[in-house]
Order: sequence, then structure tokens, then C-alpha cells
Amino acid sequence: MTNQQKVIAILKGIAARVIEEQRFLTELDNVIGDGDHGINLARGFSEVDKKLPSMADKDIGAILKTTGMTLVSTVGGASGPLYGTALIQAGKAAAGKCEISMPDFIAIMEAAVQGVMTRGKSTAGEKTMLDAMIPAKEAMEKEYAASGDAKTALAAAAAAAREGVEYTKTIIATKGRASYLGERSLGHSDPGAASFTLMLETIAELA
Amino acid sequence: MVGLVIISHSRALAEGVVELVKMIADDVPVAAAGGRDDGGLGTSFEKISRAIEETDGGDGVILLMDMGSAVMTAEMAVENMEGREIIMADVPIVEGAVAAAAEASAGSSLKDIAASLDEVRNIRKF
Repeated sequence: MTNQQKVIAILKGIAARVIEEQRFLTELDNVIGDGDHGINLARGFSEVDKKLPSMADKDIGAILKTTGMTLVSTVGGASGPLYGTALIQAGKAAAGKCEISMPDFIAIMEAAVQGVMTRGKSTAGEKTMLDAMIPAKEAMEKEYAASGDAKTALAAAAAAAREGVEYTKTIIATKGRASYLGERSLGHSDPGAASFTLMLETIAELA
Repeated sequence: MVGLVIISHSRALAEGVVELVKMIADDVPVAAAGGRDDGGLGTSFEKISRAIEETDGGDGVILLMDMGSAVMTAEMAVENMEGREIIMADVPIVEGAVAAAAEASAGSSLKDIAASLDEVRNIRKF
């Protein structure tokens, strides 16, 4: 499915997408959070972008881990430890690998989801990034089992994540800053679910 | 003596709690880890790690956090440290810091301070 060079190209693409969409993400967060999601993630991914050239000779596990640590050190908001942990756990699942297959990527996604659940002490249905991540992982697994085609599986995952963002509009936040709003969080998308979806769409496009 | 680290999204808030702690017990090693590295609102992995190193004299460190990323970033800093005894206290940051400082100053162990902080959580103002 992909090798080190491609992983670096995908991370570069994700950085560009996050930076490009930072205002959109911040606007989502202005409504139900503290209004820093886009700015924080853009700051973190700008640093990741600067470090990518120095990661070229590393294995995929190390690339993902370094990306995660960079986010932890530079984001400053909750998305730092959450995406940071996701990527560090993803890096562990890809340790020593110079190439990853679709089944590897499914295992990597599973590790990332578990990482976010543990770090955020959260689960599905709490209006968080998990409401995009979990359905995306499930759709990816199911589609790959049916078709055996990586491209289709990634497209199905991105579509499921997008639906997950829509679903977050219909539920009340019980985790994170938005939980202080209670019912007033209804009708608004979760910014973390939205940023994860942008990242997954970039992966589906470039992988 | 057990050390204290005050972790907040706001640099001013963390430094303010340190100020209060010093008023209660000026001999306790206490450090503020407030705001991002660039001074903005948020939490910093580096600042937290540095504050733990500064305040740990060998008897361990208690971390007091405000919320959200402060808790999660503190968790990651603790996981990244080796050979130190660190306890994250799930208590209101001001009340917890004042109680912990009083105990630390009296020479209580890390475990004893953590146990008494468990009770601080239930103390009502009125």
C-alpha cells in the first residue's frame, strides 16, 4: 500500500490540509469549545512539516512516533496529547516497518483508536473525534474484507468518517470542553471529528 | 521533601497558585507550568517535564492540573519520565495545592499527601 516516502508525502499533505482549513476548524471550535482547535493543530503540523525532511531515512514506525511527539510538544491544546498518543501508538504498531499493507494500516488505525480512547478516557457517542475514527476503522475493515482493494477501503473509511462528523451534530457532548455546554452543543459538529476526517481524506487521496 | 507542580492553561493562574502555596509554606519545592512555550493559553509538555525535574528532590512530586489538555499532557510527561515517583492529584487546583503544601512542609510522604488529598476533594466551602 505505501512505503516511507509515501508516508512522508501523506504527512506533508495532512499538514498542508490542516493549515489550509485551520480557520474552518477554529470556527467549529468557537461555537462549542475554546476556539483554538484549528490554530493549535496548524501550529503543531507546521512543526511536523519542518521536521519531515529529517525523517526520510527512518522506518515508518519512527516517522509516526516522531510526528506524534512533535504534536505533543507544540499543539498546546487537547488535540496535542490526543493526536500525539494516536500517532505514537500507530508508530508502535508500525515499528521497524519500511512498507505497510492495508491489513497493517487497519492494525495501525486500531492502535490509534485505542490510544485516543485511553488518553481521553472516552468512547463512541460522546461527541469526540472517536465518533469519526471508530466508524472509519470499522468501514475500512469491512470494505477491505469484501473487496480486498485498499483504495476502495480507504474511500469507504473517509465516507464513514464524514458521516461520523454529521452524527456528532445530533448528540450532546459529554467529554471535553463542549460538555460544559450540555444541550447547547446539539446541532454543531465536533471539531476533532472534523479534523480527523480531513486527515483521513488526505490519506485516502494520496495513499 | 515532596515537591509540587502546578499545571494550568494559563501562566498567570499557575504562577498565582504558586504564590499562594509559598504563602502557606515557603520551604516546599513548587514550580509553575502554565501556558504554552510561546506564552499563549494552553499546556506545555516541556514546561511540565522541566517543572517535575526542578521540584523532585528524591521524595517525589505531586502534580495539580486544571483540566483537559493539562491533565492529558501531564499524563504523557509522567509516562515519559523514568525513575521518579509522581502522583497526579484529582482535586481542585487551589485547595489541593494549599493542602499539599501544608502537608509537604510538615514532612509527610508522597503517599500520605496523596491520601489526604483524596479527602480535600470532598471539603465544601460552606
